[in-house]
Amino acid sequence: MTKEQIKATILEIIAQIIPDEDLSNLKGDIPIREQVELDSMDFLDIIMELRKRYGIEVPENDYMQLATLDGSVAYLEPRMKNL
Amino acid sequence: MVSNKPNETRIVITGVGLTAPNGNNLAEFRKNLLAGKSGIQKFNVRYMGEVLAGICHLDPLKYQKKKDLRRGTRAGSIAIYCAQEAIADAKLDFACLDKSRIGIYLGITEHGTVETENEVYEIKQFNYDVKYWSHHHNPRVVANNPAGEVTLNLGITGPHYTLGAACAGGNIGLIQGLQMLLLNEVDLALSGGVSECTGSFGIFAGFKSEGALASHSDPEKACRPFDKDRNGVVVSEGGCIFVLERLSDALKRGAKIYGEIVGYAINSDASDFIFPDKERQIRCMKLALNKAGISPEDIDIINTHGTGTIEGDPVECRAIAAVFGEYPHAYINNTKSFIGHAMGAAGALELAGNLPSFEDHLVHPTINLDHLDSECHLNNLVINEPKKIDKVDYIFNNSFGMLGINSVVIVKRFEE
Repeated sequence: MTKEQIKATILEIIAQIIPDEDLSNLKGDIPIREQVELDSMDFLDIIMELRKRYGIEVPENDYMQLATLDGSVAYLEPRMKNL
Repeated sequence: MVSNKPNETRIVITGVGLTAPNGNNLAEFRKNLLAGKSGIQKFNVRYMGEVLAGICHLDPLKYQKKKDLRRGTRAGSIAIYCAQEAIADAKLDFACLDKSRIGIYLGITEHGTVETENEVYEIKQFNYDVKYWSHHHNPRVVANNPAGEVTLNLGITGPHYTLGAACAGGNIGLIQGLQMLLLNEVDLALSGGVSECTGSFGIFAGFKSEGALASHSDPEKACRPFDKDRNGVVVSEGGCIFVLERLSDALKRGAKIYGEIVGYAINSDASDFIFPDKERQIRCMKLALNKAGISPEDIDIINTHGTGTIEGDPVECRAIAAVFGEYPHAYINNTKSFIGHAMGAAGALELAGNLPSFEDHLVHPTINLDHLDSECHLNNLVINEPKKIDKVDYIFNNSFGMLGINSVVIVKRFEE
């Protein structure tokens, strides 16, 4: 996957988890939880979706790296580039 | 008979919110009961394929966000819908109420089976690796979930819990609310019952294994209590929540009063896991009459529990005959014949369907009764067509469940 594809995938997962939120203006460098209503259980849903769809394990110590959209793409790029 | 009890100790119904397979509010439900319209349909269940079931067609997005639906349970959605509708029906100024003085008491037959089955099905795709088990599982399956989701939705901070009482749950939710009002634990009770059981293949398969799952070429004719050709239960989902208040509070705010709960009883058979016990049912009915301070001849309508099983229906009929036989005045009907067995919601839904009789004096019938089983003969059984009667002062609501739990609620036409 390219970075753009990874970003689109993350957005698609988030849209599925918080379907009432408008994600069109989500800024990449600001924590996602500061921009939309996304709580800790929703965040665990993102982790679960990555596990189920792509077999990607995100250790708890790395959760903070997925706080922003840009951070998520950077963290996942090496793990998803060969998908 | 005019009550001499203080208004603070009289509990009245001032709002009704419901969803049934044939109606999403009391007016629609009542209209279909009087029109003989069933809500039973064909339905696909995991591992079993096509079965017959009562499915509700409420719009959960009327009161919840899409995210709430994804996170919560069907029973939670049904409870929220019914609670919101009941509050609106009661014309409460909800924003001004003290939310810490509102209690939520919901009867359930079961809870958690649907969510557990779904999770097991999900991890099967991952070779049963439990790291794929959802973090939402526990809050979904805790037994208080349906009542708890109502508190989250409405910001209610008073007590909330469910009452596991098999198929007597709806009546027992109502009784619990009444008791908490009498104890002055709350000022308003949201009481009734809910069920999401159609989402569980295990419920259907369990009845099938017992030889007690109804089948019929025409779904709307499948639930046929007291009929010679009955062959079991039609499994249904549903919900019904009443707003209960002390009469003094209801009068103060000029509330519409559907009726006053004047009698109730709960007892146990202590005899079998499944089969009912006539003597304990008789005892329960008499206890409720005693609590109300009335005699059998005062009752105008009896809503039977009858589920359409070969063994269960005649037991209840013999129990009713033993209590009311000398006073063949009460008219008798069955609401499950329209909507199937809504499990934890059944008792509350069936009572709600009868409440308008206080005003219109019509008794909805039991439908699909083409050939009355002689074992189920009862005086004044209202068969297939509604019956207009002269007066309706008391409605008597039977609701029984597995493990031998019996319940009766008696509601009186309101008069000051």
